[in-house]
Amino acid sequence: MNQPASAYFIEERHDPNETHTLAVLVQNEPGVLARVIGLFSGRGYNIESLTVSETEAQKHLSRITIVTTGTPMVIAQIKHQLDRMVPVYQVVDMTQTRRSIERELAMVKVRGQGEHRVESLRLADAFRARVIDATTESFVFEITGNTDKINQFIDLMRPLGLVEVSRTGVAAIGRGPEGM
Amino acid sequence: MSDKSHDSNQMTGAAMIVRALIDHGVTDIFGYPGGAVLPIYDEIFQQSEVQHILVRHEQGAGHAAEGYARSTGKPGVALVTSGPGATNMVTPLTDALMDSIPLVCISGQVPTHLIGNDAFQECDTVGITRPCTKHNWLVRDVNDLAKVLHEAFYVATTGRPGPVLVDVPKDVQFATGTYHPPRKSDVHRSYAPRVKGDATQIRKAVSLLASAKRPVIYSGGGVINSGPEATKLLRELVEVTGIPITSTLMGLGAYPASGKNWLGMLGMHGTYEANMTMHDCDVMLCVGARFDDRITGRVDAFSPGSKKIHIDIDPSSINKNIRVDVPIIGDCGNVLGDILQVFKAEAKKPDIKAWWQQIAQWRARNSLYYKKSNDVILPQHAIQSLFEATRGKDTYITTEVGQHQMWAAQFYGFEEPHRWMTSGGLGTMGYGLPAAVGVQVAHPDSLVIDIAGDASVQMTIQEMSTAVQYELPIKIFILNNQYMGMVRQWQQLLHGNRLSHSYSEALPDFVKLAEAYGAVGLQVTKPADLDGAIKEMIAVKRPVLFDCRVAALENCFPMIPSGKAHNEMLLPEQANDEATAKAFAGGKALV
Repeated sequence: MNQPASAYFIEERHDPNETHTLAVLVQNEPGVLARVIGLFSGRGYNIESLTVSETEAQKHLSRITIVTTGTPMVIAQIKHQLDRMVPVYQVVDMTQTRRSIERELAMVKVRGQGEHRVESLRLADAFRARVIDATTESFVFEITGNTDKINQFIDLMRPLGLVEVSRTGVAAIGRGPEGM
Repeated sequence: MSDKSHDSNQMTGAAMIVRALIDHGVTDIFGYPGGAVLPIYDEIFQQSEVQHILVRHEQGAGHAAEGYARSTGKPGVALVTSGPGATNMVTPLTDALMDSIPLVCISGQVPTHLIGNDAFQECDTVGITRPCTKHNWLVRDVNDLAKVLHEAFYVATTGRPGPVLVDVPKDVQFATGTYHPPRKSDVHRSYAPRVKGDATQIRKAVSLLASAKRPVIYSGGGVINSGPEATKLLRELVEVTGIPITSTLMGLGAYPASGKNWLGMLGMHGTYEANMTMHDCDVMLCVGARFDDRITGRVDAFSPGSKKIHIDIDPSSINKNIRVDVPIIGDCGNVLGDILQVFKAEAKKPDIKAWWQQIAQWRARNSLYYKKSNDVILPQHAIQSLFEATRGKDTYITTEVGQHQMWAAQFYGFEEPHRWMTSGGLGTMGYGLPAAVGVQVAHPDSLVIDIAGDASVQMTIQEMSTAVQYELPIKIFILNNQYMGMVRQWQQLLHGNRLSHSYSEALPDFVKLAEAYGAVGLQVTKPADLDGAIKEMIAVKRPVLFDCRVAALENCFPMIPSGKAHNEMLLPEQANDEATAKAFAGGKALV
């Protein structure tokens, strides 16, 4: 192992990575999304998926859902770093609570004729995807589900003439009667 | 203010800014005018409650405000214009963020309708300063200005203190709106730092401390930030428990250097006894410090056998670098008070006689040893002489960054908090001179000394002009070895002594330079003349550049070689060429 000389202690960490979904409730003010994204890029954290939208307009509250990966220590850091930002109300680790539902929506455009076209329709039916646009040589399917299901559907569409995909990223909510 | 209309709360944005400063008890600000802040400067001109100190470069304003803040415990305030004024503040803002210094920066911005147009002196100030402030705001409506300014002061000074920036477009400064004095509702409901520590955790901490055989207290800048009460409680805790105490660079002065339980600073250039105590302890109480990489050395070999208690107001400091056993989130003063109360009621002094005997053996190694010379001034000797000459005086010390900074930390004994201003986290060369300006503004009758290096001091030397203008008798004590000493030391130890660009070629004549600024220049080259020259420097009631010519190739020891643990320090008496080469041979690969 031949590392360069430097003024820093260079070490390698080998803890296994985990994937966590975080729900972050923030004040909807200019720059708040840039702050959150800047935290991730500035500190070298991963963003696998990010969705954001205002959820309570009167209170100016937005909800950001972030899927991230890291060692348990890094995940804990991410939560603390988010939580100490001034416009952040609350950070909930949806993966840790283990009582959450995650959904993603995708629109999938497939172009083809003959048997391919029929097959794509048949598969869409099996995945409960809806046709939201059609021409004689193409479909746009709308599919909702967890990330794995959508990935699987897209993989199946690929040989049948997949043109493009637009995905919303993951949204998550806790089960049961309580809010976050 | 200048506004004499029927409603005294109706005023321009510019007037609101000055009014808010007064309402927050600000008496001195540091700044530099420019196009986008002219309305504010016009207001400053027409009042006398807030004194404005004109610096020579915006970076100087920022560091002066930092020095002011660190020596008073109050927030420092800087005022700069848009574009380059704001970008020049990036270094001080980052410095204040790393060292948790409360700083409020007000920056001018081009008028609202020009934002995004690449207007003259426009830059995305809130975008640029977002990662180097605790929070920042762009105010687009004059009626939001009062609330934002009050929130800015609150955010800067509460919780873990830090820098904030309020960007005010010029049209907002001209516009008239309603001002209101500070009130509780001015603060985001989402911002609520935790002050009180968890009672169960505090009990756990006390029982660990009481049953410890080899305990140590490791304190940091958080204790000083927490205020005088925290310092008092820390000293009392040391007294009541009899536990040895060491401190980070930022924490010097919280426990007096003359105190009997004092081990000296820890870390890369800390004392042997401090680092060995940290390495071999069984219980570590970390108060307001953050296990920085200059402190821990090799992380996987850091204090392997100890239970660690960590008090910090910032939850993100917990388990960031080192996993701790008993985290306590809260204000240092508050938590120390609770720990003391429980300790006094339920525990008794741990029996650690054997531990002190062990520490005495480490102390006997005399890790700060250096060999004095009659021919050339050793930098360590210069600091010691300065310390002796100022002992008992009302003195504040600032530093630049490098070898001189470490020697100052090692050889200058700090008895009280808020007396030591240094750039710890960011390591900003050029911090000390403007910081001394800020300290002297806050303490006009005190002795303020910037312990500097010949390279660092040139980074912000223009602030000598500020010192002369405002008759601030700061003393710039330059340990002049004609090198960027710390860079040269690392090149010698790690890069085959290839001294790439670390020699201070074409140094100015500091005596003439001082005179050119209208200050006093002194130079000393012989050890025999040192004490007399220092006396002369102190006696002069004007700014002084003191050119102390010191041994050029002296290295800063002791030292934890890169990639090594606390118990693998290199001591000065071992630091001959061969041993040094060997110690760094393994480390070279790792660091």
